[in-house]
Amino acid sequence: MGLTLVTGEPLRESQQDPKKEDEMPPISRGFRGRHRDDASSDRVPPGQYVTEDFPVLSAGPTPHTRLEQWDFSITGEVDNPHRWSWEEFRALPTEAVTVDIHCVTKWSKLDSVWEGVSVDTLLEGIETSGEYALPFCDGGYTTNLPLEDLTGGKAWVAFAYDGEPLEPEHGGPARLLVPHLYFWKSAKWVRGMRLAVTNEPGFWETNGYHIYGDPWKEQRYWGD
Amino acid sequence: MDALMLDGNAAAGLLQEIFGSEMTTAVGTCHACGTAGEVGGVFLYRGAGLVFRCPQCDAVLMKIVVGGTRRWIDLRGLRALELDLELGT
Repeated sequence: MGLTLVTGEPLRESQQDPKKEDEMPPISRGFRGRHRDDASSDRVPPGQYVTEDFPVLSAGPTPHTRLEQWDFSITGEVDNPHRWSWEEFRALPTEAVTVDIHCVTKWSKLDSVWEGVSVDTLLEGIETSGEYALPFCDGGYTTNLPLEDLTGGKAWVAFAYDGEPLEPEHGGPARLLVPHLYFWKSAKWVRGMRLAVTNEPGFWETNGYHIYGDPWKEQRYWGD
Repeated sequence: MDALMLDGNAAAGLLQEIFGSEMTTAVGTCHACGTAGEVGGVFLYRGAGLVFRCPQCDAVLMKIVVGGTRRWIDLRGLRALELDLELGT
């Protein structure tokens, strides 16, 4: 997947024009995008480009957890922690969804097709005083969301993409899918979530990225 | 070896911009395992921002987020970062 390294020179050059700089991260993956002109503007949030590709961004090495060692748990502010083995998880009712996804690095992908277990299904019968969730993952990644953004048919734990098992580089065996927020909230390699009374910032939210991340309000960074 | 992995040298320009010095030859010590090595040789991943990881134990050494004219730098994973200003010019 041709990585294009753009180091110091272009970045210094772009500093003269903050807008241009914002469009050129220090290291470009060179994926192809097009402006929103040819996609309906009610589908593409401000500042985003539509891509046909599915770029891979990763904060760390790709884990390869064996399914027999995989589980998903809900912990924290619950009466009893819940845990599903892979077999138990896959026995839960599933949903097929077609959604648009929006990465904070400015690409959007329309009509992506997923299959997963609704977070509503996972939370069935769980009593909690927590109003926030901190999904956690293989590799140590975390992110934070209000629980109400994970319920009401808005979020899934997805195990298939485009009719195939989710590839490890895209978060397989399972990733969170929360399409109405920037895609860093859709944590890859998710293994569970801790429910909490307070909104504790996750891996990126502690270091510059927005605590909520609504793409329609361009909530990319602190203070946006 | 992960296909998506780069090394610290790929971020040389950004690091120089932030620290005002050539940083790939600076020596960082991992807070988690104590391994010391040149910043240019650590593992670098690009997620929503840049993540520098220890080549020995994969722990996060440093995170950098670039947002317009702002930069956020998380150095919690470094026990020490040694710069030689004579080298870093």
